[in-house]
Amino acid sequence: MAKAVETQNLEMAKSARRVPQEEWYLPGHRTCQGCGPALTYKLVSKATGGDSIFLGPTGCMYVANTSYLCSPWAYPWMHTQITNAGAVASGIEAAYQVLIRKGKYKGKLPNIVCMAGDGGSIDIGLQAMSGMMYRGHDALFIMYDNESYANTGIQTSPATPYGANTTFTPPGKAIPEGKVLFPKDACQLVIGGHPAVHYVATASLAYPVDLINKVRKALNYKGPTFVHIHSPCPKGWLFDAKKTVEVAKLAIETGMWVNYEWENGEYTYQHTPKEYKPVAGYMKGQQRFAHLTDAHIAKMQAFIDAKLKAPGIPVALPVQGPRES
Amino acid sequence: MSKKYCEKFNIPKHLQVPLGAVLPANKKENKGMITGNWRTVRPVIDHEACTLCLNCFLFCPDATWHLDEKEEKMVWNADYCKGCLICENECPVDCISAVNELEFKGGVVRLEKPF
Repeated sequence: MAKAVETQNLEMAKSARRVPQEEWYLPGHRTCQGCGPALTYKLVSKATGGDSIFLGPTGCMYVANTSYLCSPWAYPWMHTQITNAGAVASGIEAAYQVLIRKGKYKGKLPNIVCMAGDGGSIDIGLQAMSGMMYRGHDALFIMYDNESYANTGIQTSPATPYGANTTFTPPGKAIPEGKVLFPKDACQLVIGGHPAVHYVATASLAYPVDLINKVRKALNYKGPTFVHIHSPCPKGWLFDAKKTVEVAKLAIETGMWVNYEWENGEYTYQHTPKEYKPVAGYMKGQQRFAHLTDAHIAKMQAFIDAKLKAPGIPVALPVQGPRES
Repeated sequence: MSKKYCEKFNIPKHLQVPLGAVLPANKKENKGMITGNWRTVRPVIDHEACTLCLNCFLFCPDATWHLDEKEEKMVWNADYCKGCLICENECPVDCISAVNELEFKGGVVRLEKPF
């Protein structure tokens, strides 16, 4: 019989003072000013510490960080193709399990973390991620969601919200709202089809201590876990670089983003405001929604209202396909 | 490409590139990519008004703010700050202000060869 491998036992950071001062995602990388995904990377690295292996599928956080022959990571990091982040994580985890079982590696399993973008996890990389979840490898899959393919110049992805202006969905005479489809629900994909997964959470970089705790909790669980992190992108969403955290906070206040945890079938919600602000306030602050008319914003508001009745649980979409109307 | 493969197929020397790259990890900072010369304004902190809430430390994407635990004050890393001013925006007591680089004698824009 295989020996039970010791799983991680990371302590929760209860306040900002308990967040480690030590950096694992070092200063010195080519990300834009005010980059949301870079901030996410920094906070996730603080949560995991040095005893971890990070995998970077192709995306912003690979392209902007690996300048020729230098890298900002203080832990082992490896580039994987955009399609196979989950498969590489499975391989590394399985190899460690075998080495530990045969006694060739003394010590416990390191934290194996995939930092995939929205394309690398629920669009191009979906099959490898799903395979990792299905086989039940003890790894954490993080989706930092900047709602577009940002490293190639802001193309639409399945996580892009309705009405966004990207280079693949420009607003024009035929389609005045830009993107017609509503986004995919990443967490429901993972919860619905993968019985080996026991912990799924969404987090936002506006609440860093909560984000760190969720990442640590996910690592403490045995088996595959999934954390979906909202990371505003000043370049792609077209807002001022200093407003990254403000936009993330506004997303929670308007209901565009809901922080919740799903543990063994039960939902718990965090940071729910007493009264949600109108979603127009969030959309007016970003130039990617600048072309929308009031009718489009009302459609978005109706969708958000329906979603907020039971956040995390999917609702019928007001728009089914781009060519039906 | 392996040495044997190169000899067998007469690969010229300039094309004998190793596949992939393995690099030693940096420990404190990534000196290969100094980004301090990107900024036009810099955040300046008023230490007397600072309440050490650590918002600047938590929200800096470039990890340039740190708490000096001995002297109980925030320290700023000039070499890597890109000047995005998230710290100025998120400071609850407004003790961080944005000052133009031209105001400083050794400011980035005044250097002939920045860094």
